[in-house]
Amino acid sequence: MTEAPPPEAPVEAAAPARGFWARFWDSDVFWSYRHNPVAVVSSLVALTLILAAVFAPWIAPHDPFNPATLQLMDGFTPPGEAAMSGTVYRFGTDDQGRDLLSTILYGSRVSLFVGFAATLFSMTLGVSLGLFAGYRGGLADTIIMRVADVQLSFPAILIALLIFGVAQGVIPPNKQESMAIWVLILAIGLANWAQFARTVRGAAMVERQKDYVSAARIMGVPGPAIAFKHVLPNVLGPVLVIATISLALAIIEEATLSYLGVGVPPTQPSLGTLIRIGQRFLFSGEWWILFFPALMLILLALSVNLLGDWLRDALNPKLRQ
Amino acid sequence: MLAFILRRLLQSLIVMLAVAFIAFLMFRFVGDPVEGMMGVDARLADREALRDRLGLNDPFYMQFWTFVKNAARGEFGISYRLQQPVTQLILSRLPATIELAVVSASLALIVGVTLGVFTAIHGRLPPSSRETLTALAAIILPALALWFLGRGLLWSFGAAALIFVSTAFWAKSFFSQAVMAVSLVGVSLPTFLIGIGLIFVFAVELKLLPSFGRGQTVELWKGWSTGFLTKSGLLSLILPAVTLSLFQMTLIMRLVRAEMQEVLRSDYIRFARARGLPESTINFRHALKNTMVPVITITGLQLGSIIAFAIITETVFNWPGVGSLFVNSVQAVDVPVMAAYLLFVALVFVVINLIVDLLYYLVDPRLRVDGRSGRA
Amino acid sequence: MTETDAQTPVLSVRDLVVDFPLRRGNFRALHGVSFDIAPGEVLGVVGESGAGKSMTGAAVIGLLTPPGRITSGEVYLQGQRIDQLPEAEMVKLRGKRIGMVMQDPLTSLNPLFTVGQQLIETIRQHLPLSEAEARARAVSLLEEAGIPRAAERIDSYPHQFSGGMRQRVVIALAIAADPELVIADEPTSALDVSVQAQVIKVLKKLCESRGAAIMLITHDMGVIAQIADRILVMNAGRIVESGPVGQVIRHPREPYTIKLIDSIPTLNRESEAPVPAEAATPESAQDAYVRVENLTRDFSLGGGGSFFGRLFGGKDKIFRAVNDVSFSIRRGETYGLVGESGSGKSTCAKMIAGLIPPSSGRIFVDGADVWSAEGAASRRRNVQMIFQDPYASLNPRWRVGSIVAEPIKALKLTSNRSEIEDRVADLLRKVRLDPVAMRKYPHEFSGGQRQRIAIARALSTQPAFIVCDEPTSALDVSVQAQVLDLMSGLQEEYGLTYLLISHNLAVIRQMANDVGVMRQGVLEESGPVDEIFDHPKAEYTRMLLDAVPDLDKVA
Repeated sequence: MTEAPPPEAPVEAAAPARGFWARFWDSDVFWSYRHNPVAVVSSLVALTLILAAVFAPWIAPHDPFNPATLQLMDGFTPPGEAAMSGTVYRFGTDDQGRDLLSTILYGSRVSLFVGFAATLFSMTLGVSLGLFAGYRGGLADTIIMRVADVQLSFPAILIALLIFGVAQGVIPPNKQESMAIWVLILAIGLANWAQFARTVRGAAMVERQKDYVSAARIMGVPGPAIAFKHVLPNVLGPVLVIATISLALAIIEEATLSYLGVGVPPTQPSLGTLIRIGQRFLFSGEWWILFFPALMLILLALSVNLLGDWLRDALNPKLRQ
Repeated sequence: MLAFILRRLLQSLIVMLAVAFIAFLMFRFVGDPVEGMMGVDARLADREALRDRLGLNDPFYMQFWTFVKNAARGEFGISYRLQQPVTQLILSRLPATIELAVVSASLALIVGVTLGVFTAIHGRLPPSSRETLTALAAIILPALALWFLGRGLLWSFGAAALIFVSTAFWAKSFFSQAVMAVSLVGVSLPTFLIGIGLIFVFAVELKLLPSFGRGQTVELWKGWSTGFLTKSGLLSLILPAVTLSLFQMTLIMRLVRAEMQEVLRSDYIRFARARGLPESTINFRHALKNTMVPVITITGLQLGSIIAFAIITETVFNWPGVGSLFVNSVQAVDVPVMAAYLLFVALVFVVINLIVDLLYYLVDPRLRVDGRSGRA
Repeated sequence: MTETDAQTPVLSVRDLVVDFPLRRGNFRALHGVSFDIAPGEVLGVVGESGAGKSMTGAAVIGLLTPPGRITSGEVYLQGQRIDQLPEAEMVKLRGKRIGMVMQDPLTSLNPLFTVGQQLIETIRQHLPLSEAEARARAVSLLEEAGIPRAAERIDSYPHQFSGGMRQRVVIALAIAADPELVIADEPTSALDVSVQAQVIKVLKKLCESRGAAIMLITHDMGVIAQIADRILVMNAGRIVESGPVGQVIRHPREPYTIKLIDSIPTLNRESEAPVPAEAATPESAQDAYVRVENLTRDFSLGGGGSFFGRLFGGKDKIFRAVNDVSFSIRRGETYGLVGESGSGKSTCAKMIAGLIPPSSGRIFVDGADVWSAEGAASRRRNVQMIFQDPYASLNPRWRVGSIVAEPIKALKLTSNRSEIEDRVADLLRKVRLDPVAMRKYPHEFSGGQRQRIAIARALSTQPAFIVCDEPTSALDVSVQAQVLDLMSGLQEEYGLTYLLISHNLAVIRQMANDVGVMRQGVLEESGPVDEIFDHPKAEYTRMLLDAVPDLDKVA
């Protein structure tokens, strides 16, 4: 560079490129996390509950599904009191003498599995369709988004119920029980994809107009490559927010379906099933059979929801200071 | 204007046809209609006769056409489970659902919009810690005092709730912050748990309100039975209506708040301030009207979905409405009822969408095309 | 400040400090700003973006956006201190004694109320008038502001007015209650050049007839030269220089002011400015490197915005954005395309760069039709584009290195990692950036640096032809000059051919050999720059040229 344009001093050479962790620690999102006690507490609660569910077989005091360990005479033991057999159950027992703490841990395992799997399913479906619609535009966009619009105007629970009903009519009765949990994941996943699709599509439409996409098109980068390499990384923020809120929603929907008696089979009770059973003893005074599963469900849904709410604010550039 | 309405009507018709097609597919391919209607032990000849009568041997598009024609006349066949005409089943349970939905929708709309506007206006600045502490003390101390005086939970909670509502007048930003926090908890609570909680407090513990059914009803006209006219009917309505409205209420409130805050940040509000308009004019004349434009659409659809949301509430409270009929039908794979219910909800959706479009047209002058000629 | 006026100044600001308490510590937007405005005086406040000029206006009228606040200093209106007034008192001041005009007329009026409703409510708020009296006053205000048929138009909604007309309404609103001071914050920067001058005249006329002083905030030296009495130059939250307009513009004392004034491109070509490489002899059209023939592009305007509207779409209306445009560019030269927003010049650029297909007409680059299958391949290599907004033209999630290397990879010029890295480093050096930049992300760079990164990316395929769509209009004037210099340097060095789109006639004059003037999709006239600028044939070109403020004519 000794030619015509006189080389100025290179600009701002001093600051070296920073590593991933340094940038992460200093990022606005993590700063907002560190300074938001609600986010910290809810993330800790959510993490604890998830870990407890994952490691349920190792930390639960009893195996609620092993009839050999069941003591029928221990039924209806209130929390903290010694049962007939002398064992103290911290959360009490249900009508069949099952330890409630263990039942809840195993139950939240089922709830969380369905929640995560359904969210993953709706996310994959919604993000791909939204990206496709947003990037492609035209007729594909019109059809996908109209379906999403119509579906969004119906409550997810209605869609899930319909899909569940149809699946039950299609699957032969002897396989229904073993497939119930997958049907449930399918139903909840299909009920929630539209939110992802709509958000991703909206964001993709915005990104598509940006000049960096035009630049890529000028140099002949093929459409799908632009969608995945350029557009996708820029819409991940909103997707993460929706995924979090959607996880809470999926957990609630699973509980609702099981509560309505159309969800997981009784041999594999989730939190919703436990609440459905517990409600039977509400009038007779055994409140704990209902209370603890309900508490667990609320804590789970609330902590994930609070996390999602914080994330939405933290990622919203309008609110950033 | 007329052309606008006609176009919307035509478009609604197409949506209804699409939903009808899904309902038809369900009806035709989920389970065997003949088996569903006659049971397994019917004779072969009878089955064939029924097949013929139902038109199941016709070509596919003819079957769909017959289905649409019947649906338009309100005929959806016979429930597999109850062996009664589906239309009759739904009609007999419709009044219960509609009364519940109307009461909840009004409740959700009035409280939701009021709280949304309030929190948007007063929630811009976080409450000072002094304000928070005063308000918390004013709520907790009397409640504790009553508890120690042995007046029981009801009195303590009642007093705390009353004082909390009164903070809306003297600790506004605390109140709006608290309402926001409560609403966030509200969205995380499954509807059925809210219902169970209300039953526990008001039916089991306090024994104030009934926990199931719709009490005594009076027949008004052509089978329309209402619970509005008896004391037990009204009392029975309270808990389900509150349960059903809470979720929509939080949604509407958060939506109104978000939209209004967006509007309050806009340039024309800043310019209205620069013009020296007082805060009340800015909030209630300018910002509120602009907030209503997007809110109308989403709120309208939310209220439409209240009918479908009633499924859960009706199950919790044993409310004899269409929703609980639907849940029972799903459990029993009673396809005709499921298909009819789907069409019913779609009809509600389409009608509400039409109303929303018209309202939109009335509120937003930009959509009216009349002034185009005068462009300067 | 040279004035020693016996009168009390309308506005007097002393040591104003404005702070924004932010996450990474306190950001001081104003560092002790002091100035006076005499009654009836027009004070122009000028500076680049971020200089704190809008902040000063907002602080005076008490409308700082939170968390910004006045930390110290005093503001006096007619000798009365107003910076500490309670909000209730401040509300009475706004509109009544201090009026304000904001930048964007499209967003400063409430779309759901008629113009009349907004005027009448403002008038009645401040003056004891009946509805009918207020309406009569509103009509006469609109008439004064130059709105034709004011008595009828008063019941129209804002969207029924054009941008320039809306800004007149905003001005009418600002002076509705005869304030002593009007703060005009970039009142014309969102408008087309052709209306800018008229709107400024209306503002001046209306304030003059009422004896109101104006605090005119702008980044545009030309606007200041046109109407201001005194000028205040601001930089980084401080006042750099102030004085009568003519004096400051002709004899600036401070280095910052000198730089600011020097970097404004003027229509008169200065002797030391780089003269675009002249083609030796006028060649015939066959020798043109880029040839555009009868280019036309139609857009259909879709249906309504509601659910059903989107579902089925309304009737299509056709809008012809580009209408039968033909021109050619010789190798190594620059063709400038000027026009106001909406004239179709950017649509032309997009068609030539291969972004949107033309409805009819053909484009040849180096003899190959760019929209034919064979032509597309050579186009990707030979044609590159530089965009207006350097914030949107670089993917914020990619490192600068990957951004610059993207064309190399996309065209598979080489797949050797170290070779790519060498080329990227070389390209960054060419645009005078340190190669270390390749490991950073775009947000770590300023606007001008980002534009240079974009240029490096455009150069990476060694193209012969670059389409530049308003490459400097998002940049501050001082940066603008640097980027333009870089562009001409590169052109000279590599023999690049440019198509330069701009609404700024001065930039075109400085950079281009030939120029085309576009209006509503039609190429009004085309030819050598000097000929067109000195002897315009089309009425429209003359009007555009007249609208450009000339600093040399300042009294």
